[in-house]
Amino acid sequence: MITDNRKPSVLTYFRKHKYLYLMLIPGILYYAVFCYGPMYGAIMAFKDFNPLEGIISSPWVGFKYFKQLFLLDKFYDVFFNTLSISFTRLLFGFPFPILIALLLNEMKRGKLRDTIQTAIYIPNFISWVVLGGIMVNLLSVENGAVNAVIRFFGGKPIGFLSDEKYFIPTLVVSMIWKTFGYNTIIYFAALTGIDSQLYEAAKVDGAGRFRQLIYITIPGIIPIIVVMFIMRIGNIMQAGFEQVFVLYHPGVYGTADIIDTYVYRIGLQEGKFEFSAAIGLFKSVINFILILVANRLARIAGEEGVY
Amino acid sequence: MGVKIKQSFAANVFDIINTVFLVLLALSCIYPFWETLIVSFSSLKSYLGSDVHLWPTEWSFAGYAYMLSNKDLWVSYLNTLFVTIVGTGVNVVITVMTAYVLSKKNLHGHRILTFLAVFTMMFNGGIIPTYIIVKQVHLINSLWALILPTAITTSYMIIMRNFFFGIPKELEESAVIDGCNEIGVLFKILLPVSLPGVLTITLFYSVDHWNDFFNAIMYLNDRSKWPLQMFLRSMLFESDAAYASGGESLFLLGQPMKMSAVIASVLPVMLIFPFFQKYFTKGILLGAVKG
Repeated sequence: MITDNRKPSVLTYFRKHKYLYLMLIPGILYYAVFCYGPMYGAIMAFKDFNPLEGIISSPWVGFKYFKQLFLLDKFYDVFFNTLSISFTRLLFGFPFPILIALLLNEMKRGKLRDTIQTAIYIPNFISWVVLGGIMVNLLSVENGAVNAVIRFFGGKPIGFLSDEKYFIPTLVVSMIWKTFGYNTIIYFAALTGIDSQLYEAAKVDGAGRFRQLIYITIPGIIPIIVVMFIMRIGNIMQAGFEQVFVLYHPGVYGTADIIDTYVYRIGLQEGKFEFSAAIGLFKSVINFILILVANRLARIAGEEGVY
Repeated sequence: MGVKIKQSFAANVFDIINTVFLVLLALSCIYPFWETLIVSFSSLKSYLGSDVHLWPTEWSFAGYAYMLSNKDLWVSYLNTLFVTIVGTGVNVVITVMTAYVLSKKNLHGHRILTFLAVFTMMFNGGIIPTYIIVKQVHLINSLWALILPTAITTSYMIIMRNFFFGIPKELEESAVIDGCNEIGVLFKILLPVSLPGVLTITLFYSVDHWNDFFNAIMYLNDRSKWPLQMFLRSMLFESDAAYASGGESLFLLGQPMKMSAVIASVLPVMLIFPFFQKYFTKGILLGAVKG
């Protein structure tokens, strides 16, 4: 007896699922053109790009632009600025929403708690252009509300946005202010997902609120903290183009000019495509390595990782 | 429930401090918008006369009157409306279809396709190569440059895919037996039960479009194509002299006029928000799990 255990041919398989593959076409087109296209285009960093010939037929020049790059002081400046803004943000901005979620969780369920929750994530949905305008208004040296408070307590008005010394702290605080509410919701949602029987059992055993926090609540959200941390590491090289671009000015370029704003200025405004593509590629590679390292560390620590 | 432990004095003190702190924090998130609203309704004289603006000391609608008569504002408003409505439509349809196919774990090529999508979150070609591609497909100075290059946000696609993972297979199988093809299954059967997911990504995409500034500054030079955020930036941050396109001296209108434009731009977001709010907590959480 002959049994037919051949797999169905690829063609029959495709025909059977033709609608599925059909639905995939727009998605594949998008990823091919706008994600993998630029990845391929990034090889222009190794070429003398001629817009008329296109990326493919432009001549190779090897590491010419990378050599130029590594000789340039400005490159180290923007690289350092990017990292210093990002790390400051990570250091203060990462724990803050976790803390707020824990505090919210300690609050009695009810209207007030819901209102606070809504209030804190509103800034996340407002653009940096608008928030920038609002900040200029609030932080104005002449008649901003914040400096009015400082003056009221006998302090000297501070040029939050004009003084190079205060620009980065202002940038970081406003970034945290904009985003913490959204991140708080994530942690808070994870907190409310913790099995309430655990708390009941702990109460029966006589554990107070603080011990419940240490032994149940915090362990319950460790996995989500790890996931969020990996995501943040993956964004370390993004110091926030829109925010910086809206708020910075030549007076603070020394500390506030980041990789992306620099690439934009020399690439699109001065037309040095290959050079700025080289910086961009350098940034992407560092970013990629950071994600892989963070993911691996999470796995070593016994967590799942993201990718 | 039932175990009631009498709160200690320290616990009561903690509760009070905690509540006060959180209320103050919430106020710090609201106050800037309140002040903006008040300044927008104040006369320039009363604005300049005080630092803290809790209530208009002298009402004025001059800022709004100027804004409503400003052609640039209306043009940019319409551009943004177009990009938000059409763009979000494109986003949601493509994202839902892609997420649905990628939720089929048995499909040939499932693993490689998922990997290729997720990989784009880890590595990208950079600003300049993306610009060159957008230029090559002739989207520079077209409103479609704000729509097509961001057709899918991969993390939102993952949110949607995770929603589809959570739907029982039987639901789908019974529809297939009834003679529905896969497109029909998706749109007639699955979408209604994944409404929270769809609404979440709709909210995210539309807010992203409404607030989009990055793509506009990259790809649009033509002022008549400017979206709202570009108009606002020009008005808020360029010097008054540089902006004086209408010939009218903006200097005389000053901050109240600027703040009225800000209010006009955030109003739609604030109005639309309550409708989506109850759905998106779940959506955010699903998005934060494994890709």
